[in-house]
Amino acid sequence: MAQNPEELFLEKIEDEIKIEPRDWMPEAYRKTLIRQISQHAHSEIIGMLPEGNWITRAPTLKRKAILLAKVQDEAGHGLYLYAATETLGVSRESTVADLLSGKAKYSSIFNYPTLTWADMGAIGWLVDGAAILNQVMLCRTSYGPYARANIRICKEESFHQRQGFEILLTLSRGTEIQRAMCQDAINRWWWPSLMMFGPKDSESTHSDQSTKWKIKRQSNDELRQRFVDMIAEQVKVLNMQLPDPDLKWNEERRSYDFGEINWEEFWNVVKGNGPCNKERLEARRKAHTDGAWVRDAALAHAEKQKNKQRAA
Amino acid sequence: MDHLHNYLLHLADNALILGHRNSEWCGHGPVLEQDIALTNISLDLLGQARYFYQYAASRAGAGVTEDSLAYLRDTREFKNFLVLELPDSDWGFTVLRQYLFSQYQYLLYEKLVDASDQEIAAIAEKSLKEVAYHVRWSKEWVIRLGDGTTESRKKMIASWNILKDYVGEFFIASDEEKMLTESNMAVDPVTLREKWISLVNPVFEEATLEFRLQKWTQQGGRQGMHTEHLGYLLAEMQYMQRTYPGMEW
Amino acid sequence: MLNHVNIFYYGDIPDAGGSASENNKNNFAEVNWPLWEVFIRSKQGLDHKHVGSLHAADAAMAIENARDVYTRRMEGVSIWVVRSEDIHASNPDESGMLYEPANDKVYRHPTFYNIPDSITHM
Repeated sequence: MAQNPEELFLEKIEDEIKIEPRDWMPEAYRKTLIRQISQHAHSEIIGMLPEGNWITRAPTLKRKAILLAKVQDEAGHGLYLYAATETLGVSRESTVADLLSGKAKYSSIFNYPTLTWADMGAIGWLVDGAAILNQVMLCRTSYGPYARANIRICKEESFHQRQGFEILLTLSRGTEIQRAMCQDAINRWWWPSLMMFGPKDSESTHSDQSTKWKIKRQSNDELRQRFVDMIAEQVKVLNMQLPDPDLKWNEERRSYDFGEINWEEFWNVVKGNGPCNKERLEARRKAHTDGAWVRDAALAHAEKQKNKQRAA
Repeated sequence: MDHLHNYLLHLADNALILGHRNSEWCGHGPVLEQDIALTNISLDLLGQARYFYQYAASRAGAGVTEDSLAYLRDTREFKNFLVLELPDSDWGFTVLRQYLFSQYQYLLYEKLVDASDQEIAAIAEKSLKEVAYHVRWSKEWVIRLGDGTTESRKKMIASWNILKDYVGEFFIASDEEKMLTESNMAVDPVTLREKWISLVNPVFEEATLEFRLQKWTQQGGRQGMHTEHLGYLLAEMQYMQRTYPGMEW
Repeated sequence: MLNHVNIFYYGDIPDAGGSASENNKNNFAEVNWPLWEVFIRSKQGLDHKHVGSLHAADAAMAIENARDVYTRRMEGVSIWVVRSEDIHASNPDESGMLYEPANDKVYRHPTFYNIPDSITHM
């Protein structure tokens, strides 16, 4: 029986068969993926900056090596994700151009400043912790290359959260100053990490196409709740507090209740008014502009070599 | 402190300071793939530094650790070559310095593999493979940028004009090297000079750059006579240990 | 507060406002290094397997980039790189014609044959 391509596509989604680059797909599916994967990629790349900040100031040689390897991993993750967008027919340079022009977005969390060494711990524990929940889900996303990129990312990312927690654990067992530094970092990163999961489900007035297409498999609120439940337990090991007076175990729901997120701040940072939005983009623009002569020269040299080979 | 201690610090400081300079690129490289590549080199160098510091610390005894050696010595006590502490002006400077140093480091480690000190020999052997790759990677970049565009060639010439005043320091034997060479614990760097020139020369030629090693050179790193740049580098690198002394991290 | 909100998932960040300006986009668009597909043999005795792609100016750089990007955790012992544009692929629309005819050739598989249990090593 001849099926139309759209039916065939939906049937594959239904049967958990991955969609591969050359398969027919609805234009809107392709666009949604390009948008989501490239934002994910940009987040990895911009995400290098707040931590990269501390590579030259890491307190020990061991911590310096770990941080350097971790930030490098993020570059790798950005690369895998840009490669996934390229399978959808958009070149990396056009994707990156959208970031640099300010058109494309990235996760707002990276627009907050890293002020102390404890922030390296809080980012690993909270920010990477939130990211991992999302990425584990995305390992099962319906688009093959995106799923595979996430599998690779999750494999590499497993040490990121642990190293962050270990940094905080060391601080929590340290001096008065270190414990204060630890609590301060948790206070500053807790709410922005909750915002990483996006607006509440109830505030959506749109149909949920991403879930139907199995690009996304759990809702924002579901993931956020899992995150809160996880962190609320782990923070006890640190002997620290989460900065939320409304955080309370709800026996009936077998989950933690928590306070209202400041959505005004969320939208404000999304709009570009976070503490570091301008600096982050400026740093990437500078790297891109300063690197132009290097990229040009490498191409020119490759061209010369090719001509030489041809002549020989 | 004894000669071997000073020599180990020299080897470690070289690796740490260049690794630190390279690590400043992380997140700011000209293209993602190369950002990752240079960070691999930074990690290799950091690893080498740690091996040498750990060995030095184990010999020095109580209270001395790799971190106390890296974070609690001041400018006058650092023993790295001056060229390694110079700030990067651009990617061309970074890869050219990397090549000149890696080529030297390769010849040095190749000899140290046979050092009478087992620890040094083991570290050299492990590091030699890493450095072989650094040589290859940086050499290709030097050729690419030298023989790339008019602009890239100009930039490479400018970088060489800075670096050429410093690289001669690789080949000046310090007192401890002279002493240690007698018991085959170190290599007399003078013996590496000719080989180094014969390896660098064809690379410059392929890169269409002019190479001439002058007799005069800036020097003093091993005696702690540094450029002004090292102080800033250490101020940043040692900030945590200096601000919060004696804490675990 | 916005009372009309689109659903934006994590990894899908709202476009609202921001410093975007369409006209400076072109400043950053440029000719990039070509794309290469990377195949890695994870250990001796196994086939090379496609692991992803990357950009490089030439083949030598592509191999080195592949080493730096895809083997940071000892994932490989041998690397192949191929220009992406040189890959020719079968058409997924023809998969019925190409692959389904193999479905009924069960006799190509060893489990098709009934052999007494007493016969081992076959």
